[in-house]
Amino acid sequence: MHKHLQEVPAVVVVFFDLDWDEPLWKERQMECSTRVEIVRNSLQGRNTKIAVVLIQKNAPLPPGEDLMAAERAVSLCSTCDISAKSLYVLPHTDHLIGYTMRLENAFYEQAQAYYHQEARKVKSHKDFLNKTTHQLLFVRHQFKSAFFNELKQDSNTAIKHYKQAYGYILDLRMHDTNMLEIKTVAGFINYKICRLSFQHNAPLDAIAQFRKHIDFFKSKTGIPELSFEHSAWMSKQFHVFGDLFDEAIKLGLTAIQTQHPGFYFQQAANHAIFRKQLCQGLCMQPEEMKSANEIEEFLGKTEFYGQRKWRQEQQSIEPSDLHKEREGILALQTKERQLDHSLLIIPLLSSAVTQFRKYKSPRMKRFLMVQMGEEYYHAKDHVKALILLNKVMWDYRAERWWKLLTSILGTSLKCAYLTAKVQEYVSNCMELIGRYSQCSENEKIRIQMNLVRVMSHTVPEAEPDLDQSCVEKASALWAEFRSHPTSFTLEMHGLIPFIETKACFVHETVSADNKIIVEVCLRVGCPFPVRLSKLLVLFTNQKYNPHCVLTDGRGISAKSDGGVDSPSDLYLKPNEPRVFSFSFIPFSEDVGEQLEISSLAVEMGNESGCSAMLRWTGGGGETILQPVGPAKPIIRPTPSGQPVDWAAFIVNPVVKIIPRKALLEVKVEHEPPCLLNEVYILTIHVENKESADIHNVKFSLGLQDLEEGQDATTQVSADVSSFEEATLSSHCKTDVGSLKKGQKISKCFYVKCLHVASRVFVAQVNYDVGVRVDDQTLICSCKAEEVISLPTVRPFDVSIKLESLKFETIEAVHADDPFLLTTDIVCSSPWPIEMKNSSLHLSEFIHTAGDKFESQIAEVQLNKSDCGAECICLVASSCVQPSVSLGTYTLEWKRKTANSESLPYVSTTLPLPTVNIEYIPITVQVALPAFGRVKTLLPLCYSVRNRTPYVQEVQISMESTDNFMFSGNKQTQFRVLPSQEYKLHYNFFPLVAGQVTLPRLHLDMMRYPSTMDEIISKMLPTHIFIRPIGKIQPV
Amino acid sequence: MAACVAVIAKENYPLFIKTIPTENELKFYYTVHTSLDVVEEKISSVGKNTNDLRELYLGLLYPTEDYKVYGYVTNTRVKFVVVVDSTNASLRDNEIRTMFKKLHNAYVDMLCNPFYKLGDNITSKGFENIVKGMLQQD
Repeated sequence: MHKHLQEVPAVVVVFFDLDWDEPLWKERQMECSTRVEIVRNSLQGRNTKIAVVLIQKNAPLPPGEDLMAAERAVSLCSTCDISAKSLYVLPHTDHLIGYTMRLENAFYEQAQAYYHQEARKVKSHKDFLNKTTHQLLFVRHQFKSAFFNELKQDSNTAIKHYKQAYGYILDLRMHDTNMLEIKTVAGFINYKICRLSFQHNAPLDAIAQFRKHIDFFKSKTGIPELSFEHSAWMSKQFHVFGDLFDEAIKLGLTAIQTQHPGFYFQQAANHAIFRKQLCQGLCMQPEEMKSANEIEEFLGKTEFYGQRKWRQEQQSIEPSDLHKEREGILALQTKERQLDHSLLIIPLLSSAVTQFRKYKSPRMKRFLMVQMGEEYYHAKDHVKALILLNKVMWDYRAERWWKLLTSILGTSLKCAYLTAKVQEYVSNCMELIGRYSQCSENEKIRIQMNLVRVMSHTVPEAEPDLDQSCVEKASALWAEFRSHPTSFTLEMHGLIPFIETKACFVHETVSADNKIIVEVCLRVGCPFPVRLSKLLVLFTNQKYNPHCVLTDGRGISAKSDGGVDSPSDLYLKPNEPRVFSFSFIPFSEDVGEQLEISSLAVEMGNESGCSAMLRWTGGGGETILQPVGPAKPIIRPTPSGQPVDWAAFIVNPVVKIIPRKALLEVKVEHEPPCLLNEVYILTIHVENKESADIHNVKFSLGLQDLEEGQDATTQVSADVSSFEEATLSSHCKTDVGSLKKGQKISKCFYVKCLHVASRVFVAQVNYDVGVRVDDQTLICSCKAEEVISLPTVRPFDVSIKLESLKFETIEAVHADDPFLLTTDIVCSSPWPIEMKNSSLHLSEFIHTAGDKFESQIAEVQLNKSDCGAECICLVASSCVQPSVSLGTYTLEWKRKTANSESLPYVSTTLPLPTVNIEYIPITVQVALPAFGRVKTLLPLCYSVRNRTPYVQEVQISMESTDNFMFSGNKQTQFRVLPSQEYKLHYNFFPLVAGQVTLPRLHLDMMRYPSTMDEIISKMLPTHIFIRPIGKIQPV
Repeated sequence: MAACVAVIAKENYPLFIKTIPTENELKFYYTVHTSLDVVEEKISSVGKNTNDLRELYLGLLYPTEDYKVYGYVTNTRVKFVVVVDSTNASLRDNEIRTMFKKLHNAYVDMLCNPFYKLGDNITSKGFENIVKGMLQQD
């Protein structure tokens, strides 16, 4: 194949500088033909096409015109012995690119023709073959023709031939001697088929072909002594296919999670690992190693792929020379032995890892990383192995695959031992002897002993099954470890060590004068008891840290001295949880804060030798294994002297420090409800029930739940007079100073509410008191609170009405006509209300009809649902605006209760309604006596007044009724001069007694036809009371 | 019949694993563990169109050179994984299906034990016997 790709050309092109009008044509032609001859000779009769390209300086003339050129071309062809088609001209002019393109195509065609010819030639060979004798050649020929087709770039035919070739291979008789050869060739053809299938975008075909290939050859191991060769071959097959697949994906193929190159890389790696194992099994026996020369002798180049050198030129199935055969195998084995398998395996694994990462298979990826780690371990690259294994361990831990974790830990431990990495060694040991480790009991004991050795600063025993040379190297490193003290911190978060911790504040909250109690429960899961050197609890507030340290100075290997449970004895027996308790007093500045356990720490070993600080973040417990049960059971302090139930021990890493409970009696006296706008009095009574004097007493009253923003509708003050000021806060504080033991004190607060609502006030008393705790006086600040809920109601409801002089409700007032304003004040407060005064503030267009306004309800007291009313007669002057606000009405009042004497009056201002002022051009008035008498004359005078500056024409008619007889104009028409009156005189003569309807006066004006009548009728009285004559008086 | 039967909890930790042959146990552990990748992928792809009744049987998860791995997920996301020797061609999809059904029934029976705490490793002898039966048949 190399021959066809690199050595045998399909087309040879001779470039030659020659113009058609070359003067020395003959010489040049000779020169050219000799050159062609040289080329042809060197090709030794192969069918390679030869072409000549003449490089010319002049542009060619159109064909057929240059006779000399045509003639010379023919002669050149004949001298060079080439066909006319193989002669080309490359004019060295402007369109070089175009010419070269055309030349390229022409050469390509020639090459295709060549390969086609070659393929045909091969085919013709084939016809002479017969199946029985030339079985091998069948394969060869098919392969050849396929290969030529491929070179011809006819991949469809190529794949067909490859498939046929493959088919012939499967038909071959296979035996140990030719197995390697067959497999090599089959692998080759398979590669070609798969590659072309991928190229044809038929990945399924490729995969199917590959599966078939593998299934067929899987069991064809060959000679048992050389079975590693088979594994190597399998590995190669998978690797190559994986590469092909990956390449296809890069060209746009999409793979899925269950079918992607990663699997093939993985298989390749697996076979490589298998190969390594076989190699270790097979090749390690012979003591003597073959020298390089000898190997060369046996493993030189062979004529065909996959043949044994020492067995060449033999066609028989049985090996002829047994000794030579054995020597050959030995040579192969020696060569295999020299190979670094790990270097083969690791890249395969890592490319598989990349693939699996790409196809969302994290677990597979991790598994491969473990394999990689193990391979690094075998390759004695312990540092890398350690890093890799540590990276994946976490996930296995999180998913609780203990068995897998244990096996990884074992490897990791070996690596850590060999590299003398103390920290890793210790942490691996700790996990391996833990509860969830699946090691056997003996193994655990051995590991714990080693751990104890390390912690007491001596060299641990070597792990079993280690290479002797590595162990020696490691012991040198360990010796160095011994030479100086080591200390390190291990973060236990994410590990599952043999020591488990739980920490708990015994109370959810602690008042400032009590001790905070922390209990720490420790449990070990290792086979032997251990002694810790220190136990620490670290808090978010570091000031407390020194309170929670427990030190055991007896050294790690010291045995228990019988007096178990002595407080500073950190001797832990397996599966006997122990509780250690710490207590301390909170700092006064931390009142109201939360105290949290930030971490727990346990120290093993001592600082002069080797010490390991194990830190758990938070309150410990099973960080990985969250309990499934219901959350937040009740925390109980652990009873001493009883065995501790680990499961029942609750982790509670948070405590809230609350202020000390106040021993004060706080009472608030007041009379709800609060009336809107009033100054409301609240009296706070405090009695000191502490056993000591209290100082720094502060009273405060404010709204509950009040955040930054002040509530503008509520004002609180400790002083009545301050309400006259403009701004007041809704919170008030006063200092009282000290209170003696048992002393009582009262304090008044005043509240003004500007909105109807229910409010919640908090009355607070803050003070400091000295408390004795453990021979130590603590100043505790305490707080007593009393919550007051205060509803606010309206003191009264005021309804304001406008009425005409006839007490009829009116919507609009007439300019210059008097009207009435009535105010009804209905008291709705449960407490009596005392009115001090009422006042009216009128706008500029409105004035009182009579004298100055004088309050009619001053000094009146209203009880609940009493009603006070005022009636004021007002006149609106004519103005431009159609509607006018009348003004405001102000009431000054306060509640009247037993202790309201001191309270000031408050004024409530109410707006008066807005009215429309109508302008009426005329008015009609009639002076009506209070009553008339039946059959007695009742003279009435209707006066019509013109308010306009114009003369008005008025038409009047008087309706007749049955109740009256009357004299005067029944219907008349007259004029009224501007601002003048016109009087109409009537004499009525009542006929019936009682409340009698007066005759209606109809009025019509010429200027405002048919609009005035209704307005006028409202101005005039409608009824009059008529008295009967009465009995004739007895004379 | 089957080479390995595994029951895996909702949180992906093993509740029960039994293998034949036992000497290569670790490899099966890894096989089962890695198959969870595919199981999770399959579950999550179905979960998107909700209200679809999910087929419990997941079918062939992925073929390795020597073994075929089948998966089954109950409605409570407890996973069953069965590893079958890939040379054993007699096992059809249907047989695997019935095997899983049987396993599921056994699991439910075991779950009915009032002393079994959810999430604990399965130690029930009855369950183990059924699994043994599956492993050893023919």
